Amino acid sequence: MTSNSVSSDRFNYALRLGDNALILSHRLSEWCGHGPALEEDIALTNVALDLIGQAQFWLGLAGELEGAGRSADDLAYKRDAGAFRNALLVERPNGDYGHTLMRQYLFDAWHVEVLAALTASSDPRFAEIAAKAAREVAYHVERSGELVAALGDGTPQSHARMQSALDALWAYAGGLFVGDEIDARLAEQGIAPAAGSLRPEWDRATGAVFAQAGLKPPASAFAHKGGHTEALGHLLAEMQFLPRAYPDAQW
Amino acid sequence: MVSEREVWDWLGQIPDPEIPVLSLVDLGVIREVRFDGDTLVVGVTPTYSGCPATAVIKQDIEAALRAHGVDKLRLERRLSPPWTTEWMSEDGRRKLREYGVAPPSGRAPAACPRCGSSKLRRVSQFGSTPCKANYVCQECLEPFDYFKCI
Repeated sequence: MTSNSVSSDRFNYALRLGDNALILSHRLSEWCGHGPALEEDIALTNVALDLIGQAQFWLGLAGELEGAGRSADDLAYKRDAGAFRNALLVERPNGDYGHTLMRQYLFDAWHVEVLAALTASSDPRFAEIAAKAAREVAYHVERSGELVAALGDGTPQSHARMQSALDALWAYAGGLFVGDEIDARLAEQGIAPAAGSLRPEWDRATGAVFAQAGLKPPASAFAHKGGHTEALGHLLAEMQFLPRAYPDAQW
Repeated sequence: MVSEREVWDWLGQIPDPEIPVLSLVDLGVIREVRFDGDTLVVGVTPTYSGCPATAVIKQDIEAALRAHGVDKLRLERRLSPPWTTEWMSEDGRRKLREYGVAPPSGRAPAACPRCGSSKLRRVSQFGSTPCKANYVCQECLEPFDYFKCI
């Protein structure tokens, strides 16, 4: 294999990690000022802030690996939906608060695993960003897991909402574990974990929370993977409006 | 020619923009001070990835060092090893406590920074900045910030 394709694989992988963090961060920021309680508003926006910081690191690394002079901002604001590499789960609309929390927990539980694996990456650039992000994400998953358990095991109303969120998001979460040839090549070189290798620990951790919450994951193993849903274009229209309407705006 | 020791002293006088009772040296974000030829190099590590204070910290360092007459300056970002609350100095922990913020100590604050009681209740896992959580003391009933441990 040529070193060119290794570098392109690493570019794509950094883009995936950065896009996941960026898109989920934007979704969470949509709750700013609309949270069901002040503490929740602050918590979600703080998580969004951690994620946007992580997105800056990953997209900055992606830009360096690409070597075409694109900055983290260029990658965030000057690509169209088709060029985004985020998992479908993170672009799903917020829905009600239970839906937002369920999406967060399904993602956090995966995020904590992938970052732990990347901390041991043979590529020190990936390892150092992962080590930094892992500490923050440990907080995220603790919070989202506690809330999923509390709301699943709460009132009949909260339970029903959490179950319906789990049913709706399950196949999107499954997509996190479906790898392609890029994952396979990076796994072979010890740069990144194979996508499917993270599933057993994720199943164990989420299974424990769902049992505590009295929630039942769907039996279907079907997973959505690839392309984007209609939701991403609408999200980008809002997220990218300012830099596209006023190119190179400064303040 | 200024010495590295002098530069550390100057950096020790720059307050953290969010928690001004701490200096940047107390906070543990200054990783290195050295000269590369006649250019002063300062290695700085971010606290939380998305902390908005990071950009302000950079500006404050530049402004302070220029005010001390340093004109050749390069700031380098250091991600590894990642900043943790272990990097905060003992002096910093004491200053935090006196300021009314419980210093980092594992999963929960050890004691109320006002009355010293250990009967505490968590109000919110997140507080006024990314690095803090909100607690209330069950004895003196005062709410307080806890500097989270990462």
